[in-house]
Amino acid sequence: MKWETVIGLEVHTQLATQSKIFSGSSTAFGASPNTQASAVDIALPGVLPVLNKGAVECAIKFALAIGATLNRINVFDRKNYFYPDLPKGYQISQLAKPIVEGGVLTFLVGDTERTVNLTRAHLEEDAGKSLHEDFHGMTGIDLNRAGTPLLEIVSEPEIRSSAEAVAYARALHTLVTWIGICDGNMQEGSFRVDANVSVRPVGQAEFGTRREIKNLNSFKFLQQAIDYEVRWQIETLEDGGRIEQATVLFDPDTGETRMMRSKEDAHDYRYFPDPDLLPVKLDEDWIESVRNALPELPAAMQLRFQSEYSVSAYDAGLLTGSRALAEYFEAAACACGQGKLVANWVMGELSATLNKAELDITQSPVSARQLGALVARIQDGTLSGKLAKLVFEGLWEGAGEVDAIIEARGLKQMSDSGELEKIIDDVLASNQKSVEEFHSGKEKAFNALIGQVMKASKGKANPAQVNDLLKAKLQ
Amino acid sequence: MSDASLNALAAQLAAKQVSSRELAQQYLDRITALNPSLNAFITVDADKTLAEAATADARIAAGRAGPLTGVPIAHKDIFCTDGWLTTCGSKMLHNFVAPYDAHVIQRFKAAGMPSLGKTNMDEFAMGSSNETSYFGAVKNPWNTAYVPGGSSGGAAACVAARLAPAATGTDTGGSIRQPAALCGITGLKPTYGLVSRFGMIAFASSLDQAGPMAPSAEDCALLLNVMTGFDPNDSTSLERDKEDYTRDLEQPLTGLRIGLPREFFAEGLNNEVAASVEAAVTELKKLGATTIEISLANSQLAIPVYYVLAPAEASSNLSRFDGVRYGYRAPEYTNLDDMYCKTRAQGFGAEVKRRILIGAYVLSHGYYDAYYLQAQKIRRLIANDFTEAFKSCDVILGPTAPGTAFKLGEKSDNPVEMYLNDLYTIPANLAGLPGMSLPCGFDSQGLPIGLQLVGNYFSEAKMLNVAHQYQRATDWHARVPEGLK
Repeated sequence: MKWETVIGLEVHTQLATQSKIFSGSSTAFGASPNTQASAVDIALPGVLPVLNKGAVECAIKFALAIGATLNRINVFDRKNYFYPDLPKGYQISQLAKPIVEGGVLTFLVGDTERTVNLTRAHLEEDAGKSLHEDFHGMTGIDLNRAGTPLLEIVSEPEIRSSAEAVAYARALHTLVTWIGICDGNMQEGSFRVDANVSVRPVGQAEFGTRREIKNLNSFKFLQQAIDYEVRWQIETLEDGGRIEQATVLFDPDTGETRMMRSKEDAHDYRYFPDPDLLPVKLDEDWIESVRNALPELPAAMQLRFQSEYSVSAYDAGLLTGSRALAEYFEAAACACGQGKLVANWVMGELSATLNKAELDITQSPVSARQLGALVARIQDGTLSGKLAKLVFEGLWEGAGEVDAIIEARGLKQMSDSGELEKIIDDVLASNQKSVEEFHSGKEKAFNALIGQVMKASKGKANPAQVNDLLKAKLQ
Repeated sequence: MSDASLNALAAQLAAKQVSSRELAQQYLDRITALNPSLNAFITVDADKTLAEAATADARIAAGRAGPLTGVPIAHKDIFCTDGWLTTCGSKMLHNFVAPYDAHVIQRFKAAGMPSLGKTNMDEFAMGSSNETSYFGAVKNPWNTAYVPGGSSGGAAACVAARLAPAATGTDTGGSIRQPAALCGITGLKPTYGLVSRFGMIAFASSLDQAGPMAPSAEDCALLLNVMTGFDPNDSTSLERDKEDYTRDLEQPLTGLRIGLPREFFAEGLNNEVAASVEAAVTELKKLGATTIEISLANSQLAIPVYYVLAPAEASSNLSRFDGVRYGYRAPEYTNLDDMYCKTRAQGFGAEVKRRILIGAYVLSHGYYDAYYLQAQKIRRLIANDFTEAFKSCDVILGPTAPGTAFKLGEKSDNPVEMYLNDLYTIPANLAGLPGMSLPCGFDSQGLPIGLQLVGNYFSEAKMLNVAHQYQRATDWHARVPEGLK
C-alpha cells in the first residue's frame, strides 16, 4: 500500500520583548535560577497579571506579515493543569478567541513553491523549567522562564513530508526573526516545534490518527523525528496494528520517538476566560502604525531581487534567508551595480568563509561596501576571479580597503599587452615540446601553455587576453 | 473611646488629646481582654502595631497628617501584608508570611493608619458564618452562641465589639454586607473595579471586591476615600477621577426614589426582619423619600448562578496552593501526584474542597456549556434587570439577609441552607453594583437586623448619603452589645 504523510506544525515562538507577558520581570536568557521571577511569576497569593502591550504588538506584526485576520477583540483564557513549573496551576493562553486567525506562508521546497495555510496564532505565557538532573532524588524548579511571552503558531495539516515540514519551519523562522518578534535562538528554546503526524493510504479522504511529537528544537531533529515517526506508523499499520492518539517525545540519542502520554491520560484543561484580564481590544490606529513600521517582507524582497538584480528565484530565496543577509546583499549590490555577481560572491566565497569561521553575516569581517568594491574591480577588469579571491582574503584579514590591498600586494591584472607578449614569447621558447604537441593536434598542450603563462605572470595576466594572444602566436 | 467615630478620633489626634500609640494601645488592650471570647483576630502583633502608630505620631508631629492619620484599623486576613502572617483563614496558608503589601494595605499605610491585626474569616472567604475558618469560628458579640456571619465575620465582630474603630472586608457574594447585618454595623461593597484587588487573595476574581466596615456610613465614606483609586497592577481596576465620598453625606433626601424589589420581600424572609426593614422605609419616607415597587425577576436565579461561577473561578484561583512554593505541604508523600493530593486534601477544609469540586465539574469538558456558559448568560440578565430598575429609582432597598444571626453549628451541615443566607446580596456582586448594609433594628432575641441598599454603578456617594441621613435619624448603628461597652 502507498501511504501519504499528513503533518501539521505548532510552533512556540518566544517573543522578543524586554519583560514578561504579564509581569515586569526580565526575559533575558541564562540568569541564575529564579532571579528573574517576581511575585507575579511565582504566583504568590493575591498577585494579578497585567498584559504587556509589546507582546500584543508582536502578534499584530505577525498577523500583518502573513496576511491573517486580526481579531479586534481577543480573549485570554486559563488552561488549568497541575505541574510544579506552572506556578499558578493554570497557563494563561487564548482558546476560543485567539488574536490571529488564518494567514498563509509561502516557501520553496527545493525549487518548488509551496503554500501552507495557518489556522491561528495565539498569545500565551511560557512555563518555568523543571531541573531533574541537578538535584539527587529531587526536582529543582527555575521560574525565570515562567511568563515569557509566546506566540503559538498553528498550521493547517497541509504539510506532506518531513522536507516540507522543515522548509515550512525554516520559512517561519526566517519570518519571525525578520520582523523582529523572535530572536530565533533554537538552542535557548526561543523557537520550538511540535509536529502532529499521521499517515493515511493515498487517496483516502479522512486523516489517520495523529501522534504529536513535542518540543523539537532543531530543524535536524524535526526532520529525523518525523521520518522515524512516519516509518513507525506505517510499519505499525502494515503489521496490522492501530495508531492510538498520543503525545510522544523524540530522543535525539536513539533517533526514536517514545510515548509521553496517551489520549486516556490527556488533561481536561477546563478552559475558561481569565477573569483577571479584560478582553484585548485592537484599535485601527495601532494596527496601522504597526503596519507602517513593518520592514519589507522576504516574499516581496525575493520578487524585487529577481527583477532588480536579475537573480534566479532560487538565489533570491537564499539571499532572503535572513534579513541581515538580504540587507548585506542589497548594500553590496548597490555599491557596485552588479547584483548577479554580488549574489554569486555572497552565496559562494563569503558564505563558505563565514561557515568555516562559524560566523553569521552580521559578524562578517568583510563589509557589504567592501564586497561591492571588490566586485567593481572584477567588473572593470582590474581583477581576475582568482586575484579577487586573494583580495577577499586580504579584506577578511583586515588588511585594508580593496584598492589598497591590490596596490600593496601587487594583485593588479596585467593589462599591458607588450609585457604579456614578452612573457608568452619566453614561455613558448622554453616549452618547445608543448608547442610541437599542440601543432600535432593535442588540445591539452594549449591549456598547459596557458597555465605556464599564468604562472609566469604570477596570476596577474588576464586569462582571456592570454588565450587570444597565445592562439595568435601559435598559428 | 470605644464608640468614637473616625472623625472624632481623628480630631482627638489632631488636637493632641491622644497619641496614635495611646489609641492603638487602648484598642490592643481591648483585644487582649475580649478577643479570647470572640476569636475575631487570627494575628495580633502589638509591636508592629505600635511601631506603625509611632510613625503616624511622627507624621502628625511633623504636620504631614492626612484626615485619618493615626487612627488604627483591622485588616481581614485575606489581604497580603508585608511581614505579617496572611492565612486567608486556611491551614493551607497557616505559615505564610506575605512578602508584600496588597494595594489596599498600601493605601491605608500611606494614609498613616496603623494596623491592629489580621481578622478571622471563613476559609478563603467561602462561607456565611465564619465557621469554616481553620482558626476556629468567630462569635457574634451580641450573643456568643451565635455566628457573626461571613466571610468577613472577624472584621464585623471586631467592629461591633469596638475592638477596632473600623475594619477592611471583602465581598464576593455578601461577605461584607451579611456579617455587617448580623453584627449590627455598616459595611459597603463598592462598584466592581473601584478598589484594587492586587494582593487580596482571590476567591472569585470577577466578583471579589474589598470595602470598608465600620459603625457608621460616615466612617465608611472616609475609609472609601482611602481605599478607592486606579491601580495599574489590577487590570480590572477602573481608571477614573478620585471622588470624595463624604461630599453628599449631608444632602437632604427630598425627592429620593427608593426601589423596593418585590422579590426581596417574598417568601423566605423572616417576619421580624421584614418589619424592621419596612419601619426603616417609613423613616426614610419621613426624610423625604418616595418608594416604588420594582422587579428583579432574574435575581431568583442568583444563587444557582453564583454557585456555578464563583466555584468555577475559585477552582482555578486556588490551584496555586499546591505545596510546591509556599504554604502547607503534606509531611509525607510518595511522589509528585501524591504530594499534590495529600497537600490539598489536608490543607483545605470541607467547604473549600466542595467548591473546588463543583468548580472543576462545571468547567469540565462536556459540562462547560450547560453550566458555566449558561450561568454567564443569566448573570447578564440579572444585571439587565438592575439597569432597567434604575430607570425608575435612585437606590434599591431591601433586607441584607433573610434572617438574623443563627446559632453556631446550626447550618454547618446543610450547605444549601447556608447558601440561602446570601440570597439578597449575591445579585449586586453578579451585576458588579455597589451595595451596603446598615443596622435597622433588633429581633426579639436582641440580635441585629440589617437593611441593604444597592445603588447604580458609581453611586456610592448617593448610597452613603441615604445611609448617613437614616443614621442621623436613628441610633441602631451606635448601639454596642451590653457588657462590651
